[in-house]
Amino acid sequence: MAIRMALAGNPNSGKTTLFNDLTGSNQYVGNWPGVTVEKKEGRLKGNHDVILQDLPGIYSLSPYTLEEVVAREYLVNEKPDAIINIVDATNIERNLYLTTQLAELGIPMVIALNMSDITRKNGDVIQLQKLGEALGCQVVETSALKGTGSQEAARKAAELARSRSAAEPPHVFAGSVEHAIAHIEDLITHRDGQEAEHHHHADGSVHAGSIVAPHLARWYAIKLFERDEKVAAELRLPQGIGKAIEETIRSCEQEMDDDAESIITNQRYAYINRLVSTCVRKGRPKGSLTTSDKIDRVVTNRWLALPIFVAVMFLVYYISWTTIGTLLTDFTNDTLIGAWIQAPATAWLTSIGTADWLVGLIGDGIIGGVGAVLGFVPQLLVLFILLGILEDVGYMARIAFIMDRVFRKFGLSGKSFIPMLIGTGCGVPGVMASRTIENERDRKMTIMTTTFIPCGAKMPIVGLIAGALFHNSAWVSTGAYFIGVAAIILSGILLKKTRPFSGEPAPFVMELPAYHAPSPKNVLHSMWERGWSFIRRAGTVILVSSIFIWFTSSYGWAPVQAPEDGGVAAAQTQETAFGAVEDMDDSMLGKIGSVAAPVFEPLGFGSWQSTVATVMGLVAKEEVVSVFGVLYGVVDDEGNDAAMALLEEGTSEEIEQGLSPIAAGFEKESNGHGKLAAFAFLIFNLLCAPCFAAMGAIKREMNSPKWTLFAIGYQCGFAYAVALIVYQLGLLLGGAGFGLGTAAAFVLLGVLVYLVVRPNRYDSRHLSSKAMGA
Amino acid sequence: MKTLRDVPVGKTAVVARLHGQGALKRRIMDMGLTKGTEVYVRKVAPLGDPVELTVRGYELSVRKSDAELIEVE
Repeated sequence: MAIRMALAGNPNSGKTTLFNDLTGSNQYVGNWPGVTVEKKEGRLKGNHDVILQDLPGIYSLSPYTLEEVVAREYLVNEKPDAIINIVDATNIERNLYLTTQLAELGIPMVIALNMSDITRKNGDVIQLQKLGEALGCQVVETSALKGTGSQEAARKAAELARSRSAAEPPHVFAGSVEHAIAHIEDLITHRDGQEAEHHHHADGSVHAGSIVAPHLARWYAIKLFERDEKVAAELRLPQGIGKAIEETIRSCEQEMDDDAESIITNQRYAYINRLVSTCVRKGRPKGSLTTSDKIDRVVTNRWLALPIFVAVMFLVYYISWTTIGTLLTDFTNDTLIGAWIQAPATAWLTSIGTADWLVGLIGDGIIGGVGAVLGFVPQLLVLFILLGILEDVGYMARIAFIMDRVFRKFGLSGKSFIPMLIGTGCGVPGVMASRTIENERDRKMTIMTTTFIPCGAKMPIVGLIAGALFHNSAWVSTGAYFIGVAAIILSGILLKKTRPFSGEPAPFVMELPAYHAPSPKNVLHSMWERGWSFIRRAGTVILVSSIFIWFTSSYGWAPVQAPEDGGVAAAQTQETAFGAVEDMDDSMLGKIGSVAAPVFEPLGFGSWQSTVATVMGLVAKEEVVSVFGVLYGVVDDEGNDAAMALLEEGTSEEIEQGLSPIAAGFEKESNGHGKLAAFAFLIFNLLCAPCFAAMGAIKREMNSPKWTLFAIGYQCGFAYAVALIVYQLGLLLGGAGFGLGTAAAFVLLGVLVYLVVRPNRYDSRHLSSKAMGA
Repeated sequence: MKTLRDVPVGKTAVVARLHGQGALKRRIMDMGLTKGTEVYVRKVAPLGDPVELTVRGYELSVRKSDAELIEVE
């Protein structure tokens, strides 16, 4: 039977590097059931009988964070055969804190003392034997970065797993606490056999007279002593035992003059202090500066931090969006996909006599649609390399440190800055960059709001509206960014107070890891993982929706032309038949547009053209411009859209002249309030659901259909409300009368203001202060 | 009551007691800020919040509002 080993350790301890080192390419990345925490599993290189389960990076096994709960549930319920606990030797005190907790699980354990090359260079001496004996496990020195020691650690862990020898957990606590824990252990292991049958263990076995499996007795006893609510709920102890335990805790708390949870934590650290003082001799005097400290003194310096931050962000933006990034995207889109794949494929299909509809489906629908998205991938990869470097060197945490003050005001994290900045180029990597935000709520909030920032593809829409109706005023694009930022701020404040984002706020107590040189292996690995997961997970959404839009926009009921040979009877009468259509107004999408158009009536742009353009914008936002061009006859001699070329090359007079049919369309639909209607159209298109690629990215990062729908539904609803308010109140200010629409606008505005200013019912500090006052 | 928030940059203090409760308090303790621990206030973020501390040989960032929960001697 295969051996299952778990890899556990603190964040920034080199766990990912060690995992990659041990498993190589035999990895499977998924998600822990029911939560958005990433789950990685792999088979050991050279020994495929050993399955290595990578646990999330955690500091403790408390019941308070998702990652910690996931990790401890795995360790308790799945009971792996061995644990490899990676410990950062340069930060040994805090890392051993988790070790003392892992040691209580009754699972054989090996400590991989990582970064031992650095400690050795610092002149630290760590007595491995002594350390291992105290903690009841073996200690192996490793350097995950250099790849030394990791195989040995895995081999030792596999040996231990085969012999199933878990050592006696260390007695970490002071006499009276150990006494109380032993008492609780007795209470939960020796009971009347009668009640025991109600209690099944996670592994399915029932031990007569015992509530918990013997090897977990100490673990459960300590958790019960800490008053861990999750464990209490899981065990559902009979009242008698619960009471006895509570009494034991109380008397111990009285004796120690502290609460049980603090007693346990304090004593763990006190134990570690003693242990470290006997096993570790520091080479450098306390308080002397390491290289990392010296770097940090400059990088997060009170005066230099912001300029450096701006410079770094500029560099990321510059490389990924203007130079290398654009070059790559242009190449993949135009040359690789357009010229090398799409054109030859279409030609080849035609040459072998494929049916026209199939050529269309494959050429325009699938290659065109998916290609438009895959065209981003090289650019994404460049961006992921840059992000990987920022993470690997330790700068990502500093970004949160620098920006926290700004972003936390509206429910986001300092790390939300990166997704938003990247989002100005493209929402897809913007959304994906949110993965560096550990806190689940901050991350979800960031995913939901990042696409409000006008991305590169939305700028042509801005250009279209500005050019057609606003004399190309720069204020329109400035306004677009302003609206985007305002939407993020408002949404942050508003969503923070809603139920889905309620609950205990995760504290911002963040480690600032030591700087180190980026490892190319790590960076490339993270790039590949992110890029691939985008292709794989977002790909399906994009494929299906591209086909759907292609089909509905190019098929419909067109008038059947009288055939010249007069053979078909149906053609004699002016009937319509289903088939490929020339004009989009005959297509199914055009018909759907006409039916759906009244929905946008209150927003001032209830024409079927605007509706179809908006829907087509979901394929890619710049499509809005081409669709408008085609539908309003802004076309070149061959009947192809000329609007985009006009925007790119025309002078502002030419643009205004050329786009006048579009301006006229807006004027007509809104009874002469064209500017207002066009502005409302712009707002709606900037804020509503992003393109399918970005929706795919949202789905990938949310990893939950419910949350994906919630995010997209919220974006559309918010966009609708804001566009309606702007249009209707604009009308009112412009002297139009008070109508039903005006009333609706006031109601929506009222709701929006209320949602933003209402007190936060779920704020735990607010609640706890009330509870204390009561 | 003197809290970590009152400790100026460049000074060291010793944790006397933790206030607050639940996840926040546990997290602060889990990160090694327990009773009797020496804390060096290293710097304040450029925008005035949070602060960077040195605890048990590593760097930790906490918001000032959370630093208020940490009573020092």
